Amino acid sequence: MIDRASGLGPDVSPEYRELVERWEAKADRTPPRTGKGSGAVDRTISDVPLKTVYGPADVAHLDLARDLGVPGEYPYTRGIHPTMYRSRLWTMRQFAGFGNAKQTNERYHFLLSQGQMGLSVAFDMPTLMGYDSDSPKSLGEVGKCGVAIDSIRDMETLFDGIDLGGITTSMTINGPAAIALAQYIVTAENKGTPRAKLGGTLQADILKEYIAQKEWIFPPRPHVRVIVDMMEFCAREMPKWNTISVSGYHIREAGSTAAQELAFTLADGFAYVEAAKARGMDVDEFAPRLSYFFNSHIDFFEEIAKFRAARRIYARHMRDKYGAKDPRSWQLRFHTQTAGCSATAQQPENNIVRVAFEAMAAALGGTQSLHTNSMDEVLALPSEKSVEIALRTQQVLAYETNVTNVVDPLGGAYFVEALTDEMERQVEEYFAHIAEFGGMVEAVEAGYPQREIADASYRYQRSIESGDRVIVGVNAFERPDEQQASDLLKIGAEIERGQARAVQDVRANRDGGAVEASLAALKRACAGDANVMPYLIDCVKAVATEGEIVDAMVSVYGRYTETTQF
Amino acid sequence: MTTTNAPARPLRVIVAKAGLDGHDRGAKVIARALRDAGMEVIYTGLFQTPEQIVQTAIQEDADGIGLSILSGAHMTLFPLVVEQLKAQGADDVVFFGGGTIPQEDAAELKRLGVREIFTPGAPLSEIITFVERECGKRRELVG
Repeated sequence: MIDRASGLGPDVSPEYRELVERWEAKADRTPPRTGKGSGAVDRTISDVPLKTVYGPADVAHLDLARDLGVPGEYPYTRGIHPTMYRSRLWTMRQFAGFGNAKQTNERYHFLLSQGQMGLSVAFDMPTLMGYDSDSPKSLGEVGKCGVAIDSIRDMETLFDGIDLGGITTSMTINGPAAIALAQYIVTAENKGTPRAKLGGTLQADILKEYIAQKEWIFPPRPHVRVIVDMMEFCAREMPKWNTISVSGYHIREAGSTAAQELAFTLADGFAYVEAAKARGMDVDEFAPRLSYFFNSHIDFFEEIAKFRAARRIYARHMRDKYGAKDPRSWQLRFHTQTAGCSATAQQPENNIVRVAFEAMAAALGGTQSLHTNSMDEVLALPSEKSVEIALRTQQVLAYETNVTNVVDPLGGAYFVEALTDEMERQVEEYFAHIAEFGGMVEAVEAGYPQREIADASYRYQRSIESGDRVIVGVNAFERPDEQQASDLLKIGAEIERGQARAVQDVRANRDGGAVEASLAALKRACAGDANVMPYLIDCVKAVATEGEIVDAMVSVYGRYTETTQF
Repeated sequence: MTTTNAPARPLRVIVAKAGLDGHDRGAKVIARALRDAGMEVIYTGLFQTPEQIVQTAIQEDADGIGLSILSGAHMTLFPLVVEQLKAQGADDVVFFGGGTIPQEDAAELKRLGVREIFTPGAPLSEIITFVERECGKRRELVG
C-alpha cells in the first residue's frame, strides 16, 4: 500500500454514495443501444474495457504529487512545460516530399510561405532502403512515396534558397539516417551554416523498422551501433540536433493497440539509452536530445490518455531506472501525426473531420509538434489544396478553439485519469514480457512485438467486418455511386528516368579516386571501433552516392532478412 | 454414400509483397483471413521481384496470387507480374491485388489482365468470396 498524502479522489459523503447506488440501479435497468456499431461501446478501439461512467473511486489510488504533479515538473503527466501552449504553440510541421529534389523544394517554399514553422522531409523508398535511383531494385519506386535523394547534389537542391540556420528540419529516414545527416551537414556547411547551429531531428529509429515499417538495411546489432555512433557524434558536435525520434507511429499504423504502440516505442527508446550507456556515455549527455513520435488515432480519450501516460512512464524510468539527473532527460518530447490508417478511400472529405478530431487529441495530450494528414493521402500523395486544408486545420485548432489556453484541460477528469493509469499498467505488463526475452533487441529478434501487432491488427479488422465497429463510408453510410476524384497527384515515369540519368551524371563528373578512397576508409571504420560519422561526411564530400555508401557498409555488416510470419 | 464437388485439396493462394514496399499490414490480414476461410496460404514476405513471385506460384502449384502494393509502384510491378505469368505459361493462375491504387489505375490494371483490384476498405468477405469463386473455377479447369 502506498502512503497517500494527497490523493486525487476525495473521500465521498454518504449522500454521494447513495446517489451512485441509485444511478447503478437505473443503469442496470437501461437496455444498451442496438444497431450500427453497438458491438463495441464497452471498449476502446484498442479493446480496453470501458465503464459507463467514471467517478472518484476510479482515481482514489492516484496520488496528486506522485502521479500528476504540475506542468513542467516530474513526472510531467500534465505536460513538459510549465505554461505549455500559452508560452509556445506546437510546431506545425507538415511532412512533404515527392518526385525529385527540385519539385519538393518548391513545395517547401510554398509551405513556409503559408506559415509552416519547420520542414519535414519524406524520402522515397529507394532512398529509405539505400538504393540509388538507377538501381534495378528501385524500379517503379523513384519519387513515389517521397523525394529521391541520391547524393549531396540532390540534398543541395532540396534546400536551395532555405536558410538552414533559421529553421529546423525533421528527416524521416532510418536505415541510412547517418548518411542523410552527413549530407545535411555538408549541405549546410557549404552554405555557410556550421553544424553546431543546425536544429532538427532525424528519425534514426531502426528497432521499429524490424517491428513495423520494414525499412531496414543491416541486421539489428550493427544498425544500433551506427545509431550510437550518431548519438555520440551529435552530443559532441551538434548541440541543437535531436538525434533519434523514437517512433510509435508506424507501430500503430501496422495495426497495434494504443498500449502496444506506447510499450514498444518506449522499450525501443530505452534500448537506445542502454546501448549508449554501454558505450560509456553519460545518460544526461544524450537523453535531452531524444525525442518521440506518436500516432493520434480516432479514439479521442484513449489517445489523450496515451500521451499523458507516455510522459509519466518515461520520466519514471529515465530517473529511477537509468539514473538520469538532468530534468531534461526525464521529459518526453514528442511529435504527433494523425492516423493514416484511420483515413478512408471512401468519401475522402470525411478524413478532414477525422484529422481535426485526432489533431485535437494531440493538442489536449500536449504534443510538441504536429503533422495533420491530408484527406487524399489514402489514395495518393496529397495535392497542394488538401495539404493546405490540413495545415489550416491546425491553425483553426491553435488559434480559434481556445483549447490551447489552459494546460492539460482534462487533467483530473475521472475517466481520463483512470485511462491514463490503465495505459501505464498495460505498458508495464509489456515491459515485463520484453524483459523475459532479455531486452528489446532480443524481443525484436524473436519476433515478439511483430506477432503481438499482427494479432491486434487482425482482431481490429474482424471487429469492422462483423459490424461491431463502424467506419463511416466503409461499412456504414456508404454511397455506392461514389466517384473518385481524378485530380490526384501522379508521379510519372519521367521522374524516375530523369533521376536515374542525374545520378549517372553525378558519377561521371567527380574524382573517382577520392570516392574509392573515402569508401575504403569507411569500410575500415565499420569493421573497427571508430565512430563512422566523420567517415560518412568524407564520403558525402567526395560525392559518393547513397547507394555506394550503403553498399560499402553492407559489405561489412551484411543485409537483414526477415523471418516471415502472419 | 455422398458425392461432393469439393476439391480434393484446399485452394492454394500466394500472398505477395513486391518492390521496396514494407507496408505489410494488409497483406498479413488478407493472408490470415484466407487461411481462416480454409485455404492454404503462402506469404512470400517482403521485397520480392515479379519473377520470384511467379516462380513461387508455379513451384507451389498455386491457384491464385494476391499482390499488395502501397508504395505507388503498382503501375510498374503489377504489369511485370502479368508479363511473367504469360511468359511462364501460367496465366491461368488468378492474379489479383490490392493497395492504395486510384480507380483509374485499377481500371487500367484490369484491362492489362489483373483480375481484380481491392482498395482500402474492401470487406474481407468480398475478397474471400472472389478468391473462392475465381480460384475454384481455375481448379475445375486445370484439376
